[in-house]
Amino acid sequence: MNRDPKIWNPSAECQPREQLLALQLQRLQTTLHLVSENVPCYQAKFKEVGFAPQDLKTLEDLRQLPFTTKDDLRLNYPYGMFAVPMRNVVRIHSSSGTTGKPTVVGYTQQDIQTWTELVARFMTAAGVTDEDIVHIAFGYGLFTGAFGLHYGSEAIGASVIPMSGGNTDKQLMIMQDYRSSALVCTPSYGLTLADRMEKQGIDPHSLALRVGLFGAEPWSEQMRNELENRLGIIATDNYGLSEIMGPGVAGECLHKSGMHLAEDHFLAEIIDPDTGVVLPEGSVGELVITSLTKQAFPMIRYRTRDITRLNYETCSCGRTMARMEKTRGRSDDMLIIKGVNVFPTQIEEVLFQIEGCEPHYQLIIDRVNNVDSLEVQVEVNEKIFFDEMKQQRSFIEQAEKKLASVLGVSAKVKLVEPAKIKRHEGKACRVFDRRK
Amino acid sequence: MKVEQISIFIENKSGRLAEVSGILGDSGVNIRALSLADTSDFGILRLIVDDSEKALQVLREHKFTVSKTEVIGVAVPDSPGGLSSILHILDQNNVNVEYMYAFVERSGDNAVIIFRFDDIDEAIRVLAENGITILKGSTITSI
Repeated sequence: MNRDPKIWNPSAECQPREQLLALQLQRLQTTLHLVSENVPCYQAKFKEVGFAPQDLKTLEDLRQLPFTTKDDLRLNYPYGMFAVPMRNVVRIHSSSGTTGKPTVVGYTQQDIQTWTELVARFMTAAGVTDEDIVHIAFGYGLFTGAFGLHYGSEAIGASVIPMSGGNTDKQLMIMQDYRSSALVCTPSYGLTLADRMEKQGIDPHSLALRVGLFGAEPWSEQMRNELENRLGIIATDNYGLSEIMGPGVAGECLHKSGMHLAEDHFLAEIIDPDTGVVLPEGSVGELVITSLTKQAFPMIRYRTRDITRLNYETCSCGRTMARMEKTRGRSDDMLIIKGVNVFPTQIEEVLFQIEGCEPHYQLIIDRVNNVDSLEVQVEVNEKIFFDEMKQQRSFIEQAEKKLASVLGVSAKVKLVEPAKIKRHEGKACRVFDRRK
Repeated sequence: MKVEQISIFIENKSGRLAEVSGILGDSGVNIRALSLADTSDFGILRLIVDDSEKALQVLREHKFTVSKTEVIGVAVPDSPGGLSSILHILDQNNVNVEYMYAFVERSGDNAVIIFRFDDIDEAIRVLAENGITILKGSTITSI
């Protein structure tokens, strides 16, 4: 098989699967010993099921252990889950805390090195080299995104512009003047940049921009096409979460056929989110991750809430690491409307398929007389605005038909005036469930 | 022959019409005729103004979604049966009227009706052949 010419760490990323599984087992045993000695929360969990680290003989034995959830992290707020003394912790990061108290994570010097290595891997896979000027438009701060990509870029030898988030006009000025060639931000902010460029009459092909590394929120294939066409770039996806490490858990290569998961550092399982049962290879379900090398903040069977699927076939790029599909939404974003499971990303895909429709939408879920209702509010624009009521109505009816056939539940489409729906420079918040 | 009409998408809630007319008034654009088609959620406001380019520009600046369409203005005898005779001619010639609305002001002895057709050129031909007066754009915007 022909390997991609640029692989950051071929001996790790392309190692034979048997060797990888042996490495995982050895690292898992070490991690279990570490937490059973140092983390009261895990000591209690192990005791609950009568488990001792030396009982783990195979990777499957891990299934005896209970899951770790965000609630465990909240109960042990702020430092209760740390497995090393604070003198060994060199960095604190924190989740965005969109739902309740934030969660706090720590890194040792070696954890930072691992993080750097894993980000360098996926950035290299996305085609970033030491020739690139990497424009980081993630917010620098407690959020892991910006720092992760920053370290990875520097390790590769690229030139980093630590732009941080916000101030779109200034982002564009810097992008033009400093010749940014790789863009790092959320996909929705990528579209905000494209909107602004169009408004200002900036031709994306006049920029040096050639690749985008988008992450921190789920996005669809249609959104990828739109980002690629409107910004004139190759758009790649990457995955991570602060509880596990931040960006670098998984990332796409240029074959764009799934994100390579760093299995030498993370053990992945796919479970049924309702029953917690581990599903057979190739199933769609919730991703559960166990860290294999982390020192400060090891995680055992952490429920990510992200719904995805893993593909264990070797990729055309030569990497043997499992490939994770684009996340289909979060198990806690999953909406149950009239008993049907609906993910906001499905609605987004339908809207993208409608000629002229832009991805500015929000969902209002309500319950009137004990019947659930779903309203999809879509911003009107000149391409989908018709002077004749007949045409305007038929546009709405078509959209409703398409949604109903994809979702399996009826949806009312409501056109709203432009700029009505808030643009977020961080994570998009598009769901308003009034039933709660 | 043809008159430019602008259409504006507005959400169906109080104050939006006032906002549109306020924006146009502040820019010195005069509304000559208007019609509103609405549903429970939204409406399409159609206007004939004295300066459509200016109106489009200021409304877009205020983030309104707008479009420009061509309509025609017809002089209709201001007497019983005046409109009926014109609609009859159109019907006989299979010209479909998408919608129509009336000017408040008269042009001489005639009422003025704005028509939107799916085939505007065919409509103009049929009306002219039947001796119906189609008003010039400049005449309409200066009524």
